[in-house]
Amino acid sequence: MKGVKGELLSVGIDLGTSTTQVILSRLRLENSAGAFAVPRVEIVDKEVVYRSPVHFTPLVSDTRLDGAKIREIVEQEYRAAGVTPDMLQTGAVIITGETARKENAREVLEALAGLAGDFVVATAGPDLESVLAARGAGADKLSERERCCLLHYDIGGGTSNLALLDRGKLLSTGCLDVGGRLVKVKDGKVAYVSEKVRRAFPELAVGGQASPEALQKAADAMAEALLEAGGLKPPGRWLEHFITHKTAELTAKPTCFSFSGGVADCVWSPPSNDFAYGDMGPILGKTIRRRFEEAGARLLRGAETIRATVVGAGSHATELSGSTIFYRGVEFPLKNLPVVRLEEGEALPNAMARGLELFSDNGRTEAVCFSLGGLDDPDYEELCALARGLAAGAKPLTDRGEPLVVAVEKDMAKALGQRLAAEIPGGKILCVDVIHAAQGSYMDVMAPAYGGTVLPVVIKTLAFETKEGVR
Amino acid sequence: MNEQALRATVEKLVRELAGSVSASAVTSTAAEKTGAAARSAAVEEGCLPDITEVELRGQYLVEKPMDREGFAALKLRTPARLGVGRAGARYKTATWLRFRADHAAAQDTVFSMVGEDYPAKHGYVPVKTLCKDKDEYLTRPDKGRRFDEENQTILKKALGDKPRVVLAVGDGLSSVAIETNAADCIKAIQAGLKTYGIEAAAVPFIQFCRVGAGDHIGELTGCEVICLLVGERPGLVTAESMSAYITYEPRLGVPESKRTVVSNIHKEGTVAVEAGAHIAELIHTILEKKASGVGLVRS
Repeated sequence: MKGVKGELLSVGIDLGTSTTQVILSRLRLENSAGAFAVPRVEIVDKEVVYRSPVHFTPLVSDTRLDGAKIREIVEQEYRAAGVTPDMLQTGAVIITGETARKENAREVLEALAGLAGDFVVATAGPDLESVLAARGAGADKLSERERCCLLHYDIGGGTSNLALLDRGKLLSTGCLDVGGRLVKVKDGKVAYVSEKVRRAFPELAVGGQASPEALQKAADAMAEALLEAGGLKPPGRWLEHFITHKTAELTAKPTCFSFSGGVADCVWSPPSNDFAYGDMGPILGKTIRRRFEEAGARLLRGAETIRATVVGAGSHATELSGSTIFYRGVEFPLKNLPVVRLEEGEALPNAMARGLELFSDNGRTEAVCFSLGGLDDPDYEELCALARGLAAGAKPLTDRGEPLVVAVEKDMAKALGQRLAAEIPGGKILCVDVIHAAQGSYMDVMAPAYGGTVLPVVIKTLAFETKEGVR
Repeated sequence: MNEQALRATVEKLVRELAGSVSASAVTSTAAEKTGAAARSAAVEEGCLPDITEVELRGQYLVEKPMDREGFAALKLRTPARLGVGRAGARYKTATWLRFRADHAAAQDTVFSMVGEDYPAKHGYVPVKTLCKDKDEYLTRPDKGRRFDEENQTILKKALGDKPRVVLAVGDGLSSVAIETNAADCIKAIQAGLKTYGIEAAAVPFIQFCRVGAGDHIGELTGCEVICLLVGERPGLVTAESMSAYITYEPRLGVPESKRTVVSNIHKEGTVAVEAGAHIAELIHTILEKKASGVGLVRS
């Protein structure tokens, strides 16, 4: 239909352990179904249209981020790119590595999400970060093109995010405390050592001499951990030492390896001065290359290095719903909807009540997204039964004027939504399909695009480590 | 040739064919079964495995391939008959037999009829075009687009004067497509229309139906929009595909460019209920814009 807008302007903001970056990406949408079929709108092209310089992440102290300075950086980059927040339709702010463990990470992120425009969402969590970095670096494309099983390492300042991909398909993720800025050096003296490095190498003490031998030993240990994580060495003491929460489970044996992150630049083209960046990054990069080549590993080069994560956040965090969906009375965007996964075989109203209870605050139920597999080629009666069950279970929400949000995997959202509309007269309903959302994840839904036929959706994890636990 | 001689010839033929298939290192289980059946051909009773049960997406017949796994992964994306290998300049026997079997199934579908109790079961009003049987239907498309006076009377009485929307079901070239998909799709369309406050008239079921039959219904009733669900010409991939032809102000002689089509409604394409929901919205848009087909795209 005429006047259909086929583009989304997406922003990616990465607050990493050492660097902060902003990119803008244009996602081109196209109906690939042809004129005589039900539409199937897809993201057919992603183009990064603006890349900010790499800023150092501003800190007030070792444990606090400088929120005001971060805001300034983002505002300045928007000006440089010639955009205002209201021009952005989707995107993600991702807070990565050690930064996510800072005391005020959550506030900073929330403040930024506001600045980043109505359609931009706050995102965090090492699993998602691994996936976005691998996609941003084009590792999924590499493994598909080479038809191989590939382990991608995104080696940043504080952490290394691992993603195992088999012919383009993600198998598992993991995270190690291996990074270029775990030891900082100033004027030949050690200026900072991370707790884990200090424990293993007490000779690297703050204020003491940064001896090349000691740094090399630390770099060798880190490279060893990476080799063990990649199955190139049997798992041993260094993998165990540097593991963050889990390493990527090698459900298939990787035959290729790729790198991104700041240290990846030092893998391929290290600076002539080992201390050019005031840290152990160059030494680590060179060590990784030598050790992997000695192990006979096949190394592939991705499309991005230091910008992989931010490109991932800007270009790869957003997915599109199916093109036959239903919404009524819903105000977009919907943010941070906790996902309640409904498994087959459960009585719907009961399962939904249990799910709602999990996220209720003083008995007041908040909007959630009910996620289910859906039915394969359902007949109309099956569809009606499903709609009845969902409508009954959602009563505590819809009675209070909250929307019922349903995400199904099978292509059936429009029919289900129309049926729900009949079951819940006047109620707010959003029904999307071709979206898989797992229990424990969160969903954001942006304003409809492509003439109202599709919804940009971001599925994310919000893992902040607080005293009360992960939230 | 008497029956016994014929049987012996066929058995010999099958043995030879099956032998050549198994010798070509085909990994599919059906082929192995064929081989097994051939070896025990002395047994008079029993049946040969159904070669149409082999999933084509999983069948790869090239001998000594460079990258079997890679090709197999590509094959999962298409039902096209790729990677079938060859015997000299020709198809292998398994490929050729399968092609003939699928082609025969498609032809059978064209000649099969929608069950007699089908309209009554779903509460549809049975009518019939000028065609007297399938042969005439296939050879005289013009007759598949018009009704005789008796059927015109039934249609006028059932649909009333100037209904806003008429939903109709026609057998078209695939009865199985209609029996599999039409009823669920109609229910979904009706429910979808209701969300827009539109009630559709009674549903005619048209035997020996061409798309143009909808124009005649429009002419008879003066309806604003007709949506005709009709069985698509069966192909070698599926015989269950159904299309919806939606026309604003259908009248005799309306150009084909005024039709909006939703095709590929079947379980591997767009499923019936979801297509129905989409069609309901399309009908609503068509009513609003007072145009269908090319006119709708331009509006």
